[in-house]
Amino acid sequence: MKKILIVDDEPNIVMSLEYTFKKKNYEVFIARDGGEALQIAKDMIPDVVLLDIMMPNVDGYETLRQIKNNKDLKDTKVVFLSAKNKAADIEKGLQMGADKYLTKPFSVKKLVAEINELLN
Amino acid sequence: MNNYLLISIIIVYLVFLFLIAFWAEKNSKSKWVNNPYIYVLSLAVYCSAWTYYGSVGIASQSGISFLTIYLGPVISLPLWILVMRKIIRISKQHKISSIADFISLRYGNNRFLGALVTVICVFAIVPYISLQLKAISETFEIITDETSYISTTVLDDSTFYIAVMLAIFVAFFGTQATDASQRRKGIMTTVAVESILKLVFFLVAGVYVTFYLFDGTSDIYQQASQLENFEKITSFNGLESGFNWMFTIMLSFFAIFLLPRQFHVAIVENDRERYLKKAIWMFPLYLLLFNIFVIFIAWGGNLTITGNVNQDYYTLLLPLQNNNIVLAMLVFLGGFSAVISMVVVSTLALSTMVSNNLIIPYGFLDKFIQGNPEKNASYIKSIRRISIFSLIIIAYFFYINFSYELSLFSIGLISFAIIAQLAPSFFIGLFWNRGSAKAAKIGMVIGVLTVGYTLILPFIVNVLTGNNLFVEKGPLGIELLKPYALLGIDFLGPEAHSFFWSMFLNTFSFLTISLLSKGNYRERNYAEMFVNSSNYTNLQDGAFVWKGEAYVSDIRNMLNRFLGEERTERALHLFNVKYGISKEEEMADARLINFSEKLLTGSIGSASARILIGSVAKEEPVSLLEVLKILEESKETIAINKALKEKSDELTKLTEQLKMANTELLEQDRIKDEFLDTIAHELKTPITSIKAASEVLTDGDEMPQELQNKFLENIVTDSDRLARLIHNILDLEKLSNGRDQLEIQTNQIDKTIDKAINGVSQIASNKKVEIIHKNGKDLIASYDEDRMLQVLTNLLSNALKFSEPEKGKIKVLAHQKKNKIEIAVEDNGKGIPKEDINYIFDKFYQSKHQNVKKPVGSGLGLAISKKIIESHNGKIWVDKKYNKGARFLFTIPK
Repeated sequence: MKKILIVDDEPNIVMSLEYTFKKKNYEVFIARDGGEALQIAKDMIPDVVLLDIMMPNVDGYETLRQIKNNKDLKDTKVVFLSAKNKAADIEKGLQMGADKYLTKPFSVKKLVAEINELLN
Repeated sequence: MNNYLLISIIIVYLVFLFLIAFWAEKNSKSKWVNNPYIYVLSLAVYCSAWTYYGSVGIASQSGISFLTIYLGPVISLPLWILVMRKIIRISKQHKISSIADFISLRYGNNRFLGALVTVICVFAIVPYISLQLKAISETFEIITDETSYISTTVLDDSTFYIAVMLAIFVAFFGTQATDASQRRKGIMTTVAVESILKLVFFLVAGVYVTFYLFDGTSDIYQQASQLENFEKITSFNGLESGFNWMFTIMLSFFAIFLLPRQFHVAIVENDRERYLKKAIWMFPLYLLLFNIFVIFIAWGGNLTITGNVNQDYYTLLLPLQNNNIVLAMLVFLGGFSAVISMVVVSTLALSTMVSNNLIIPYGFLDKFIQGNPEKNASYIKSIRRISIFSLIIIAYFFYINFSYELSLFSIGLISFAIIAQLAPSFFIGLFWNRGSAKAAKIGMVIGVLTVGYTLILPFIVNVLTGNNLFVEKGPLGIELLKPYALLGIDFLGPEAHSFFWSMFLNTFSFLTISLLSKGNYRERNYAEMFVNSSNYTNLQDGAFVWKGEAYVSDIRNMLNRFLGEERTERALHLFNVKYGISKEEEMADARLINFSEKLLTGSIGSASARILIGSVAKEEPVSLLEVLKILEESKETIAINKALKEKSDELTKLTEQLKMANTELLEQDRIKDEFLDTIAHELKTPITSIKAASEVLTDGDEMPQELQNKFLENIVTDSDRLARLIHNILDLEKLSNGRDQLEIQTNQIDKTIDKAINGVSQIASNKKVEIIHKNGKDLIASYDEDRMLQVLTNLLSNALKFSEPEKGKIKVLAHQKKNKIEIAVEDNGKGIPKEDINYIFDKFYQSKHQNVKKPVGSGLGLAISKKIIESHNGKIWVDKKYNKGARFLFTIPK
């Protein structure tokens, strides 16, 4: 069973994603900001992290950096989910080491397809 | 009066003058010596024996025409000041020491022109000086009752000794410095003292005649009107007399500028330009005072003195006739003062001209080139001293041999007429840059020859032939060439006639020749400097167009010979500092050439200075074209530079403004971008949520009903959030652009507060938070109630949002503060973090320290509240000192 960590401060968005991935047989973990996310990631070593960028306290960029610096998480894939949709933002996200960058609003179906592709 | 007594008095008086001069030289820094009054009084050297005695003579014979000589200067004085200022500036700059130097410099340091001017001046002034000596001698005779006023031998003649003493005086005090442009305080102070004495003594005599001998002015007039020729001497004689007046006035107008002694006192001895301001009223006043009693003394003399006497000496004869020896003595001393000051200053000026513009440039330059500084200085001084003695001796012999026939007045006028020949090249040269040296020379020569033919020749012919045929019939009987009526112009007096023709021919030749032939480059260059003296500082040293090769060491050696090593080094050091030239520079440039010429000019005259510097500098001729080009260029360059500088200043300013505008725009752009980004983000969040929920629902085949409802609820909440957000954004935009029309009305603030509390009471009771509002002060203010409710609701919602359920307590207080109403909304929640306080009124600012669970809000509430309060001319802020929770305050004007 693949482990997925969903990091977003918007509970309604999280709720839809949680339902979708549970249905696809993922083990789902939820964090509401970067700090929480890092804690959970260290414990659970998820296969993939869905990461919002604009969050209170520790933002998405910082979270990604710490994940990349953690040897335990070297196989963990990171997918940015962000409303920031400028080319420069996407470039920055990918350069920092994100495996995918999806802009909000996204298609849930497409997201699932992308994650599948990433993990197989 | 006893001969020896008078001589003793004269000697005592001369010693007195020597002492004054000596004292003034010793105290040359004292304010007694350096003040505008000394300057103005020294200008009064204009009033010579001619004024003192001659005016009375002329008034007794031909009435008020004596006045012309004083009206000229009085009328011209305002103009005199303007022109003087220009002349003084140029002269100080170039160390000019005489009028010959000045004219010679204007026409490119022309040596011949300087010499010509000198010769003309000597020619005009020496007879004039001799007439002054004659006045001493004649008055001496009158007062001592000697029978013959010219003694058989020179050595018996007291006038000779007086002349020699004057020569010693001038030689001693006039040649203290080698540099003739230096001021001579001693001589000027004595001249000033003498000016006071001669005026006072003359006025005393006038008062004596008018009020003692007669019974006041009307009495004299009464008695004089009985005389047979009275009509003739008190009125104009038609147009012709008017012409005579006009020309004589013009003549004296020129004289006040051009007489060497006037040029000397007014320009060379001028210490400060501002002295001119005093002169403008004091000098005319002096002249007017001097002339008050002239006519009365003349009438008094006509009435009471009979027999064959010289009317010139009525002033002296009247007290003598009434046995008032003391007064006669004072009158004599006054006249003596007038003579001395005139002779002294004239000789001084002439001797400088003779040495610097005639003898040195034409004979002594070679000697100077080999000499050492001490030797050269003593040579120069010796030349001047010899000139002084020669001039006075020549004047003395002229007086012995020639001056029988002429009255003071007519010699004076001839002298003026000759001097006036300098006028065209002098005045026109100041304002017209085309005037050339050749034209100046020819004009002057023609002018002087005309004066010679129309004034002097008739006199000489008369003396030689003993008849008047030359004047009456013309030379060889040609009527048109009659000396007093050239070409048939017979309605002018001899002097006015001569003046008219000489000035006409002189000016005409000067203008024509100047137009026909341009001067060489030097002349053109100096012409430019003189004419444009207003922007003189630009021209100064650099103006001299010079091309060639010269070594600084050669020039230094040349300067050493005249200035001595110390002064030379000091001068060159100053020069180098001024122009930023290195001490090691070997080659001299045009500026150094010009500077050195100026340094030498004071000592040896401008023409000699040029020749000397020319002897060590290999000058290449510069073509006229090049000069004009350089002159034009420098003018143009100055103009262009000025224009460029203005443009560049303007551009700098514009750039600055543009930069500021740009920064502003960038900042606004950035803010706008950020704002749009934030809006986009805020809008996308609910949309993402709605979209995701919808997708889940669409695919939700096995989804339990409960979950389905939950997703649907989410969609509704997010739609509401979206709608609220859009509404707030539009609201804020409206407030920011000032498009929102406030509906201001008078309201009771407590009622509005109650309404706002009512609006949130449901949420409050759900959360069990207490809202306290103390009512009862009936405060009234003008505001838009809906907007005020919006602000209050926003603040209350925030307070509720951050209050702990069941423990929360919110207080609303309103009270008056001066002419404002202050409203406070405070809660007992966790307060606002310090780092957030400055930003909470920004759009979309939401504290990082908010709960993980996001409170509901658009992030625009406080920004909108701030806009609303500001549009009411109020203020909204956070009480930073409040530590029991958050406390918001705002004011609205009453």
